Amino acid sequence: METHPIPTTKTVTTKQSVSSYVSTTNACKLCKPMGACLAFRGVEGAIPFLHGSQGCATYMRRYIISHFREPMDIASSSLGEKHAVYGGEANLKQGLVNVMKKYGAGLVGIATTCLTETIGDDVPMILKAFRQEWASREGSSDLPFLVNVSTPSYAGTHMEGFHAAVRAMADQLARRDEAHDGVNLFPGFVSPADLRYLKEIMADFGLRTILLPDYSDTLDGPALEDYEKIPRGGTSVRDLVSMGGSRATIELGRTLSPRRWAGTQPGPTLTARDGNSSGAQAGPTVMVREIDTAGTLLEARFGVPLHGIGLPIGLRESDRFFEILQDLAGFCMPEKHALERGRLLDAFVDGHKVVFGKRAVVYGEEDLVVGLTAFLCEIGVKPVLCASGGVGNGFREAIEAVTRDILPDPPEVREGVDFYEIAEEARELAPDLLVGHSKGYHLARRWNIPLIRVGFPIHDRFGGQRTLHLGYRGALALLDRLINELLERKQEDSPVGYGYL
Amino acid sequence: MEDLLFEERADQIHRKGEKPYQMSCDRESLAGAVSQRACVFCGSRVVLYPIADAVHLVHGPIGCAAYTWDIRGALSSGPELHRLSFSTDLQEKDVIFGGEEKLYQALTELIDRHRPKAAFVYSTCIVGLIGDDLKSICRKVSQEKSIPVIPVESEGFKGNKRAGYNAACRAMFQLMGTGATDSISPISINILGDFNLAGEIWIVRDYFHRMGIEVVANITGDGRVVDLQRAHGAALNVVQCSGATIDLARMMQESFGTPFIRVSYFGVEDMAEALYSVARFFEDRDPRIMERARDLVREELSTLYPKLQEYRKALQGKKAAIYVGGAFKAFSLIKAFRLIGMQVVLVGSQTGTEEDYQELHDITDEGTIIVDDSNPLELSSFLKEKDVDVFVGGVKERPIAYKLGVGFCDHNHERKEPLEGFVGMLHFAREIYTSVMSPVWRFVPRKTSRSGNGRSSRADGHCGRLAGQSA
Repeated sequence: METHPIPTTKTVTTKQSVSSYVSTTNACKLCKPMGACLAFRGVEGAIPFLHGSQGCATYMRRYIISHFREPMDIASSSLGEKHAVYGGEANLKQGLVNVMKKYGAGLVGIATTCLTETIGDDVPMILKAFRQEWASREGSSDLPFLVNVSTPSYAGTHMEGFHAAVRAMADQLARRDEAHDGVNLFPGFVSPADLRYLKEIMADFGLRTILLPDYSDTLDGPALEDYEKIPRGGTSVRDLVSMGGSRATIELGRTLSPRRWAGTQPGPTLTARDGNSSGAQAGPTVMVREIDTAGTLLEARFGVPLHGIGLPIGLRESDRFFEILQDLAGFCMPEKHALERGRLLDAFVDGHKVVFGKRAVVYGEEDLVVGLTAFLCEIGVKPVLCASGGVGNGFREAIEAVTRDILPDPPEVREGVDFYEIAEEARELAPDLLVGHSKGYHLARRWNIPLIRVGFPIHDRFGGQRTLHLGYRGALALLDRLINELLERKQEDSPVGYGYL
Repeated sequence: MEDLLFEERADQIHRKGEKPYQMSCDRESLAGAVSQRACVFCGSRVVLYPIADAVHLVHGPIGCAAYTWDIRGALSSGPELHRLSFSTDLQEKDVIFGGEEKLYQALTELIDRHRPKAAFVYSTCIVGLIGDDLKSICRKVSQEKSIPVIPVESEGFKGNKRAGYNAACRAMFQLMGTGATDSISPISINILGDFNLAGEIWIVRDYFHRMGIEVVANITGDGRVVDLQRAHGAALNVVQCSGATIDLARMMQESFGTPFIRVSYFGVEDMAEALYSVARFFEDRDPRIMERARDLVREELSTLYPKLQEYRKALQGKKAAIYVGGAFKAFSLIKAFRLIGMQVVLVGSQTGTEEDYQELHDITDEGTIIVDDSNPLELSSFLKEKDVDVFVGGVKERPIAYKLGVGFCDHNHERKEPLEGFVGMLHFAREIYTSVMSPVWRFVPRKTSRSGNGRSSRADGHCGRLAGQSA
């Protein structure tokens, strides 16, 4: 990949970056326990369990079901008024017994809610007592693995809940009994289609992979004759336990460990098939590592080398991912993927005029926005506003890192914003298109511009769970959709109505 | 299948005819069971949501507001403030130091920005714990901004959805008795318990209008604050839905002496009966009102029946399952299914009362399963046991049906098709028809499996004859 950045001294705008209003209107984020539930759904035999009042589980189930169009059972300790006063311990224990009995869960992922965090339930203590009581019971069966994560919805978004649950599983389950040649892959919150594609890529590189979470089957499963109490698929608990002995970890998401990314340029130069990794050219990758993700934890505790990179969206971020795989596998990119990369470049060329100079507003989860922004500026689209509901994760630095050598004018970056502010900001920027999830549709409608639906939730289109974002294949799929959307607009707006474009 | 059922819930499930009727209900959900129920907040949010010219501010962390943003099909003929999702998005520091100041500022900001006719402030779990004084903040803002600002006591954990209905009713009641009523006709009603999903209240209002009745307030579909304020001037409250607004009707009866009747607008029989009961109420004030009601029903049915017969022919003998929030809707649905020749083999609700279940027992056929506060494991086992053709429920029930290859009809607040009134019956029949008659069911594992292990569609390395299964 050759880029010829226009030299610029501009930095990302320093206009106030966080919300200027007290009230929130149409949030661009979801709550923390929801992310944890999604992550737990990606473990084999696991059931997500919310320690809180009944409504949380029900609301989240409905929200998740409407996107994936799959059953999503979330158990709840169903706390009532007296539990809020006396504590939720008894209900949590009873709920666990019921879930074990009826779901036969191999793992119960227990996430707290604002209710139980505020009344001060000490979930690790309760679980400890529960394990002891269970062990002393006559003829009691083996307990499932119980993983707990603290997810008060007043501190962080669904993405923080998602990563916290992945980290909790690494923290509470992983051991290093023996070193093995497996690779941990923490993909972040991507679609089932993305997960399937990642597994395909890893297999093509001959890498035995522990993908966490893996809800590629559990949230996009086949038609069944019998309702499965817990849908098939997901990362096996045995694999989770062995994560401490893996030869490496790949963790996707530039904002996961903010300071790690300060000053890092995307995309080492990778030409298809040269096979000589040049990761060292990528700039200083390690400055300070905080032990705040599953990957950093496994590295600190067991010495599993961590490769922390952005979500592989677009050419450069995908190159970076494939480069790591080449290193780990010890051989060059298999021809199948080299060809996909080639086709992507071919499509970049074929379609470049349609997209050049189009102004895009990109919104949603921080890492997804960073990846999409990296991709959009590669094809000549101009991201004018990058916005997220989350705060304080190095979003700005990550956007800067993926745009500064390719975009003459850096985009506005706004964190902690809602759709009211996104609208306010975007109106002045006169965007040609929106890139994000369904909840921005009202803006697309108001301004009569296309919305390229990506990420979660997609509640107003079919097949959201099968949207491919990652890798060369995902970039090509996004490019096709983007170009076709623009062509359709052009065709519809044309007085001539050319049938040959 | 038995192992799917929780022993503790055995008395919340009844199979008609197997043993004498007895059922338990109105209990807290069993911990660890995946209840289809929601919470107090949800109940309040559902009822007040359609009031279109009020600010609905959710005081709490972001989830409660985010999950209820514009998901319901409650339409407005004018302002659409209800479609915006307002929240104080409480953060850790607010939880520690209290959220009152943030609430005050957020309310002030939103009222200045949108100039609403009123504001509702919803309590959430966290507010019930940190002890913010919602009442005094609301009173203060109300005085400063000269509009009603009403706290809704909807802390999620303080009961179930029905408690939320009650909190919503108490909130609305605060508006009543404050508006002028002198221009209201003596033949006038309020419509309670209709949320104008997909424009349904407009259908019903049109019927009442044709009968010569003035509708004072829509409570709450396409609702307006000023209408609520003068609702006490109506001669009669016409209450639909199981429990959502019945408490308000009772409060109004007690304070203003407004009588109420209960109706349902679903299905031909119940829709006609709703019009007749209202006509009966006004007969002594308007002797010809019953005649107009009969004319209306006759006219509507003359166009509806021929069309329904076609659906009936196709659907005769098919089997239906019903699982809805309130049991009252289930009564109408059972009759509606009978009208199109279908048999209801499973019926249940999230929040039915003792009387509701008794009535369900009385009107269902032998062998019908009646269930309270069910969960996916139970529902799926019942669907399979009864070989159901179509399942009526809400979004949470849909994947249970679809995963098993069973047809589905969304009859909840998120629906976008009007199902009320005579024309609604036609839509309902059409929707059932389009689901039941689809060719896709013949290919699903439930119909094609020969091994009986339910895995026939799995790519498990066993190469059966695929064509044999889809023939």
